Amino acid sequence: MNAPHAMMPLPPDAPPLEQVHAKKIGDVILDIKNISLRFGGVKALTDISFNVKEHEIRSIIGPNGAGKSSMLNCINGVYTPSEGSITFRGQTFAHMNSRQVAEMGVARTFQNLALFKGMSVLDNIMSGRNLKIKSNLFMQALRIGPAEREEIKHREFVERIIDFLEIQAYRKTPVGQLPYGLQKRVDLGRALAMEPQVLLLDEPMAGMNVEEKQDMSRFILDVNDEFGTTIVLIEHDMGVVMDISDRVVVLDYGKKIGDGTPDEVRNNEDVIRAYLGTSH
Amino acid sequence: MATTFPRLLQKHASERPQEPALREKEYGIWQTWSWQRALGDVRAMAAGLSSLGFTPGQNLAIVGDNRPHLYLMFVAVQAMRGVPVPMYQDAVAAEMAFVLEDAEVHFAFAENQEQVDKMLELRESVPGLTHIIYDDPRGMRNYTQPGLISVDELMALGKKHDEAHPQLFDKSVALGQPDDVSVILYTSGTTGRPKGVCQTHASFIGSAAGGVQTDGLNGKDNVLSYLPPAWVGDHLFSLAQWLVAGFTINCPESSETVNIDMREIGPTYYFAPPRVFEGMLTSVSIRMEDAARFKQAMHRKFMDVARRVGSDILDGKPVGMGDKLMYGLGNLLVYGPLKNAMGLSRIRVAYTAGAAIGPDLFRFFRSIGVNLKQLYGQTETCAYVCIQKNGQVKLNSVGQAAPGIELKIADNGEVLVKGVSVLKEYYKRPDATAEVIDENGYFKTGDAGVLDHDGHLRIIDRAKDVGKMAGGAMFAPNYIENKLKFFPQIKEAVCFGNGKDMVTAFINIDFEAVGSWAERQGLPYAGYVDLAAKPEVLKMMAECVEKVNADLASEEGMEDTQIARFLVLHKELDPDDDELTRTRKVRRGFVADKYAVLIDALYSGKTEQFIETAVKFEDGRTGKVSANLKILDAKTFPPVRSAA
Repeated sequence: MNAPHAMMPLPPDAPPLEQVHAKKIGDVILDIKNISLRFGGVKALTDISFNVKEHEIRSIIGPNGAGKSSMLNCINGVYTPSEGSITFRGQTFAHMNSRQVAEMGVARTFQNLALFKGMSVLDNIMSGRNLKIKSNLFMQALRIGPAEREEIKHREFVERIIDFLEIQAYRKTPVGQLPYGLQKRVDLGRALAMEPQVLLLDEPMAGMNVEEKQDMSRFILDVNDEFGTTIVLIEHDMGVVMDISDRVVVLDYGKKIGDGTPDEVRNNEDVIRAYLGTSH
Repeated sequence: MATTFPRLLQKHASERPQEPALREKEYGIWQTWSWQRALGDVRAMAAGLSSLGFTPGQNLAIVGDNRPHLYLMFVAVQAMRGVPVPMYQDAVAAEMAFVLEDAEVHFAFAENQEQVDKMLELRESVPGLTHIIYDDPRGMRNYTQPGLISVDELMALGKKHDEAHPQLFDKSVALGQPDDVSVILYTSGTTGRPKGVCQTHASFIGSAAGGVQTDGLNGKDNVLSYLPPAWVGDHLFSLAQWLVAGFTINCPESSETVNIDMREIGPTYYFAPPRVFEGMLTSVSIRMEDAARFKQAMHRKFMDVARRVGSDILDGKPVGMGDKLMYGLGNLLVYGPLKNAMGLSRIRVAYTAGAAIGPDLFRFFRSIGVNLKQLYGQTETCAYVCIQKNGQVKLNSVGQAAPGIELKIADNGEVLVKGVSVLKEYYKRPDATAEVIDENGYFKTGDAGVLDHDGHLRIIDRAKDVGKMAGGAMFAPNYIENKLKFFPQIKEAVCFGNGKDMVTAFINIDFEAVGSWAERQGLPYAGYVDLAAKPEVLKMMAECVEKVNADLASEEGMEDTQIARFLVLHKELDPDDDELTRTRKVRRGFVADKYAVLIDALYSGKTEQFIETAVKFEDGRTGKVSANLKILDAKTFPPVRSAA
């Protein structure tokens, strides 16, 4: 929408909104190959492979105990897969730790909120800048060297996130006092503070009411749209998943039973069986 | 004052270029526009509009929350001799479409994506809307619709255009005349289509100047602009008075942060409808209930002192030394912290208008030292008809006629207004204009009121509801009924008296309130009909009526409308039985017909009347309720002349 547009009269067939929103999906950014995960005799994941492309919203769905969170924990470096490899931006890893993953630009949110309840919204999101802050504790405590300048810079960034997530009214409120839906938003804010390339969201809409789900869906879409962040999403609510995802992986009992666009997945016999059960 | 808003902005920018004109909290920090920057932005916007083909005489719709660019857009449009037409951001699509059509809008300014989406949708049915300018670029990256432009792009265009035509802005501002229409404010229109009220620069500037002079507002004052910009009140306070007095307006970060922003800014001049003050008082009361016992006791003790002497101290009336000391201590321990918590610490003047304010609420704020006053006016009068002056605040009046305003009460009790603030016309509606402005130039407000011996106006009712007693006194049923309904035990009341020699009333008890009172008294009852007929309840109602009568006796012009006789109805007035409208307003005519036998009984001196009424139950069945209603005489009082 540059200036010449603005001077043109309105053609009779102006495109509707939906067609205007078109995003570019890039190359594969995260490639998961033949991942298996065992806890003793329990097979949590068996031979799972799928990939995630840049700028897309990729969902992992499945019934309870299907291994969705385990999958996310493998990507995130919390679990080390027993077999298989994960390739992120061309680099292949057999295993890595969470800090390495974070430094590579992968952020996550948690199913059971892991926020600092007694700290303010601002401080919680600021903690997401941890990896970006260069000055040490001593310098920060005494406000010497670049500490103050750095703090101002990071505060500015955090303020943009607060503005983006529309939580200005709660900036100074301790997180523990906020309703659940807002806490989830703060959790997302903290992940965004890392300026991630890939964002892993573990059930961002669990336990929310319809309105909160709508808000959250909008924020996820906005993050994807405004910052081009690649999003890997675990979600229970099929409706939400089908509405916002570009592609969906379906897990059941640790196995991949479907992969494709929401429409393909919706018509997949195995998926229908896993969700609705079959008569034998 | 023969000037226009753009000229006023130029004056401030040249006289005190670096002083703050506007502030907005963004990214957690208050960002400031100096007068110079404000003028620069207006100049760029105006030139930008002109380069897009905006011509003098065109209307530009403005929709959105309070934002600096939104206020500056008003002035930019005026500078190009166009007319800004603000719309409520939450108005329904049909209403917006009507305004866009009616005002022949080609240009709209929308605050953000949400409003842009609305405008784009409306554009399908209002094809004349070719240009949409938006302020907040959030979420707008992928919009490629033609005619869509951000305010930053508009200003960039404008700067280029300005360089090419450096005379354009100044010439256009110089051509603008005080008698030009400065704004069209659409009235929501409870009946019929909305009407566009055309106000001129002269009337809004004159109205603003009257207020500025009354309260000594100046460039040092700070205002929080948080009310809908399409409302006449916000237009007067945040735009007209802003440019006349040259104070600073502060835009909150978002509608949810108003309370926080209010505390940070500490406005010196504040305007809010009664419900906002009510909300503040409620939050204080709730928090006091949770406070430690010592704090509660302290609060109680000092609030007693405040109630006794607070208002007098505020008005500068003489107060005993002991009370003065106690009030000072209270200010230190209670009132000060309270005001601070509400963001009212620095308030010099606060106004409320738009609806009647409860006397307790009004007294509370005045007693803790907040100079809360009332004003009266409507869109057609720039919200400027009456204004309470410092030290002359009467609880039940809206003040004396404001400077430059002439007031008159018509024979039917209607308040008539003439003067600086009266509208020029309704947009494209000469018929409607002729209806509200009489041959002598008086605007008919539609409100019925009384002027007391000091010239204070008391609004009592809508003019169309007001009648006359046989003795000639004005009869305002709503006014009396509201006094009755002020008691929590009374749910509904209907007064009669038009053309009669005395006022009578039907009363509905509030089943919940009276029921729980009866339980606490150990008074057994079998249901609504039974409870409503209990002698104890009738006695309680009689006491309420008596208090209302005592009140009426002390009010000029109301002495003769004390309630002489009343009865307590055996059933609740109900929209299902067509006795109330769906919005719970009494349908007087219907009730009078349906209960004609009761009215006869009230006026014939009977002491009892049998009645049987059909009722509709919620499941659609009908039934009958019958009762023998007692008719009671109420104590009335001789008129009291109050000294004040």
